[in-house]
Amino acid sequence: MPKNDAAALMTGTIPFWNDPDKRAIIYQILTLAAVGAAAYYLISNTLANLARQNIATGFGFLQKESAFEIGESLIRYSAADTYARALWVGVLNTLKVSFIGIVVTVILGTVIGIARLSTNWLVSKLAGIYIEVMQDIPILLQLFFWYAIFYENLPSPRQAMAPFPGVFLSNRGFMFPVPESHPAHPYMLLAFAAACVAVWAMQRWARKRQARTGRIFPVIRASFCLLLGLPILVWTLFGAPTQMDAPELSGFNFNGGLSLSPEFGALLLGLVLYTAAFVAEIVRAGIQSVSYGQVEAAEALGLRPAMVLHLVILPQALRVIIPPLTSQMLNLTKNSSLAVAIGYPDFVSVANTTINQTGQAIEGVLLIMACYLCFSLLTSLFMNWYNKKMALVER
Amino acid sequence: MKRIGLCVAALALSAFLAMPAVAGETFDAVKAKGFVQVGVNQGLFGFGMADDKGTWRGLDVDTGRAVAAAVFGDASKVKFTPLTAVQRFTALQSGEIDVLCRNATRTLSRETSLGLNFCQTNYYDGQGFLITKKLGVNSAKELDGATVCVLPGTTTELNAADYFRSNGMKWKPVVIESTPELNKAFFAGRCDSLTSDISQLAGIRAVAPNPDDYMILPEVISKEPLSPAVRHGDDQWMDIVDFSVLAMINAEELGITSENVDEMLKSKDPKIQRFLGVTEGNGKALGLDEKWAYNIVKQVGNYGEVFERNVGADTPLGLERGLNALWTDGGLMYAPPFK
Repeated sequence: MPKNDAAALMTGTIPFWNDPDKRAIIYQILTLAAVGAAAYYLISNTLANLARQNIATGFGFLQKESAFEIGESLIRYSAADTYARALWVGVLNTLKVSFIGIVVTVILGTVIGIARLSTNWLVSKLAGIYIEVMQDIPILLQLFFWYAIFYENLPSPRQAMAPFPGVFLSNRGFMFPVPESHPAHPYMLLAFAAACVAVWAMQRWARKRQARTGRIFPVIRASFCLLLGLPILVWTLFGAPTQMDAPELSGFNFNGGLSLSPEFGALLLGLVLYTAAFVAEIVRAGIQSVSYGQVEAAEALGLRPAMVLHLVILPQALRVIIPPLTSQMLNLTKNSSLAVAIGYPDFVSVANTTINQTGQAIEGVLLIMACYLCFSLLTSLFMNWYNKKMALVER
Repeated sequence: MKRIGLCVAALALSAFLAMPAVAGETFDAVKAKGFVQVGVNQGLFGFGMADDKGTWRGLDVDTGRAVAAAVFGDASKVKFTPLTAVQRFTALQSGEIDVLCRNATRTLSRETSLGLNFCQTNYYDGQGFLITKKLGVNSAKELDGATVCVLPGTTTELNAADYFRSNGMKWKPVVIESTPELNKAFFAGRCDSLTSDISQLAGIRAVAPNPDDYMILPEVISKEPLSPAVRHGDDQWMDIVDFSVLAMINAEELGITSENVDEMLKSKDPKIQRFLGVTEGNGKALGLDEKWAYNIVKQVGNYGEVFERNVGADTPLGLERGLNALWTDGGLMYAPPFK
């Protein structure tokens, strides 16, 4: 080491370009400046070009009347509403299919993943075949396939199948009766929420008591009773209203009740079956990551198989499972945008129509990107929180 | 994928930063590169579709060829860009194409907020409903509660919503992005009706498994003047496209066809002499060769020939002239004087 550097080191006066910490900061500033300049260049030029070509810009169009109809909606919507509301309908439709899809996928994927490890030869091979086949066929083809199955095989509404009284299956969708709206319903929902809180508190109490005294409280049975019992109690107090809103054929289609469209069904089925194959592999890998010696040790201690799974395998396997599972959930949400291909009015479909009616392509694409970014970040945030909670706490 | 295409188109729009749109610029750029880049439909029989040998055919395609004939004296100096309904205007705005001939309806908002200029209409269309005869429906007014298949990204969605709203009827749209998928869903009975421009319905009915099972309802619920479009701010280029279409109409009115155009050069009629450039003046005014109109008629044909060749009675579409007949025959095709 040259003499003056050594001296600088002693006195603490290293030139900043030789200090790795300061150098790192300078690199970061330079990178940020480059990104900023590129963004400024793109945005300012785009705006200048749009202005020169007399193309209106901005998000003012959101407040205009949309004037187009949407096939299915969770909220009240008509062509007289604004573009903003139309897009919101699309967002809700995407959330609906993604949320239900994720829940069903995780359950189905876990079951298949465990089946893959089953000691039963047939069950294990069937799960293996399912995983291989579903993973290897592109999701878009699967969607076309399920959609074609639905509209080719189901009868027209006038010849609808009626497996149970009041339930109809036709190429217009799956129609079923729902309880007619009644003042009791919001209170039943409240009772259910209260039951959830009670279950959570009871679990904490039961765990503490077991740690203190060793006595086991039947938490699962008690939870069931609470979750079902409280809403039913409220329902009885309101005089047990049983009035149903049932679908009825009138003209071209069914009126009343609730319906799930073939587009929704095909999209949900396609997404779930496809993603569940990946989830199954993740679950299998997670379980296999726990060394078999631990299972043997747990069995030697006299734990029942269910307890081995619950107390020994899952807490460790979940750490391996959760991060890749998160990315599968994000995949499912993003793949739901393939809905345009089979006519389910998801966010991309509604945004596409909006872009074409208004010509605001850049704003529309920005909205689509922002929206999916939000979905993904929220899912990640939740899963990271859950991951942290499940991570092994060293004591 | 169309969505990806849309994103690419939007990015292209922002990336075409160095594309100034100064008056006269398109014409110069077209002459410099030696061909006209025309945006056409990806596959609409009779309007824009590549045949089994890969040759583009259709009314819109021939309109693009007419522009090339006017500019270069050679109808083959043209390249086609197939575009979806969603991509088409962005492609024009960004300068990817020079003229859009893709059965686009002229509307106020497209003309203004999209920064486009529409030229002479080359097909007057209207929206209607295709239904299965089995339903026993004879009028669109009986469609209350119906499920209707619609192609997205078109004025069709708006018109249908307007029609049902103004008649106080309920309906459910099924919006599928790809035309073949939409048709399949309709033929399988997913929808009671399919709505689109009547010229397109005729094409869809022609490819149905059993065309006789379907009929087009009598109601025409919208006006669809399908017109070629160019960018705002380039008046000379707009004039050229405009008069290329008008030349085909005028030729039919004057009785000039691709067969007799050479004889017509000897005509004593001053209108014909001016039109074919025997009397000079029109070409210079447009900045084109004096033979521009002659070239259009010789190489592409007059409007009547183009119509019959692509969508007329002897084609699978079998469309009547109707609104697209010359004004002298009770239609709307009317060209201003060429002088």
